[in-house]
Amino acid sequence: MNTLTVIMIVLGSILMILAALFAIIKKDLLVATIATSVISLVLSVFFFMLQAPDVALTEAAIGVALTTIIFVIAIKVTKRNEENN
Amino acid sequence: MKKFIVLLLVATLGYFMLDAFFAIDFGINHIKDLGSVSAQYLVNTKVLKVANAVTSIVVNFRGFDTLGEVTVLFLASTGLGSVLFRKRKVHTKLNPRRTSTESSKILTTAGKILFPMILLLGAYVFIHGHLTPGGGFQGGVIIATGFLLLLVTFRKFAVNHSTLTWTEALAGATFAGIGLFGLTVGKNFLENFLPTGTLNNLWSGGIIGIIYVAVGFKVAAELTGILDTMLSITVDVEDEESTEN
Repeated sequence: MNTLTVIMIVLGSILMILAALFAIIKKDLLVATIATSVISLVLSVFFFMLQAPDVALTEAAIGVALTTIIFVIAIKVTKRNEENN
Repeated sequence: MKKFIVLLLVATLGYFMLDAFFAIDFGINHIKDLGSVSAQYLVNTKVLKVANAVTSIVVNFRGFDTLGEVTVLFLASTGLGSVLFRKRKVHTKLNPRRTSTESSKILTTAGKILFPMILLLGAYVFIHGHLTPGGGFQGGVIIATGFLLLLVTFRKFAVNHSTLTWTEALAGATFAGIGLFGLTVGKNFLENFLPTGTLNNLWSGGIIGIIYVAVGFKVAAELTGILDTMLSITVDVEDEESTEN
């Protein structure tokens, strides 16, 4: 493993963890949905780096595009900000 | 107190999952051990002359699981359609979906140019499923995102739901029908009965290409139906809000 691969893996992991924390903490649900799609994007790149291109294509098409759009439509129909109980 | 119990549960689950994770022998080459299942799959993929090993496993050796997966997708789309049935307004060209503003010129022009290209990419992915990475599911999802572009951009674009239903039903019946046809020739259900061509050709792999084309059509029709159903319910809620105000 050369240094470029190691740098990509470390930066990608940090980005995934930060995006996951962002998705949990934020009260604005639309921003949380975009953070979830960032997680799927980095995961798709990791799948490609692990030499599994079919899984990477599936994760990119479904996790980034389809799940995000279904969540955005659901947020548009219900409320946008998460309220305290 | 509740947070402490939740943390304890997460720690226990995490410990056992990490234990199982580190017990897997990554990187050990199983191909030399010809008795194992993975080695047998790889050897038989070369006999079947299919270039993409993942496709040959998904469609040919584990084809029955793929049939179950296609059924699960069908049940999900039917369930969603039946739950949202009453809130859905049927849109035609005369009764278009009313959004708040008209889309900008950039979006309408780019949407008209990009839509056939996205369709072409999706069709390429599922037709060449046995040669390049990809396959029916990925190609179907790409085609559905192409339709989503048009649904979001244009107010008057409506998808005919009966066409979607007929496409989905015929594609699913083709998949099961090919499997049953294998029984009449004398082989097992979903076993390959067509001649396998040469490696890396488009006409190779027997029934794998035909099944993936059917799966691509089915997934595209289902996901377009789901997206159209979900986008139709926003108009009703806006109507209710405007009458409440």
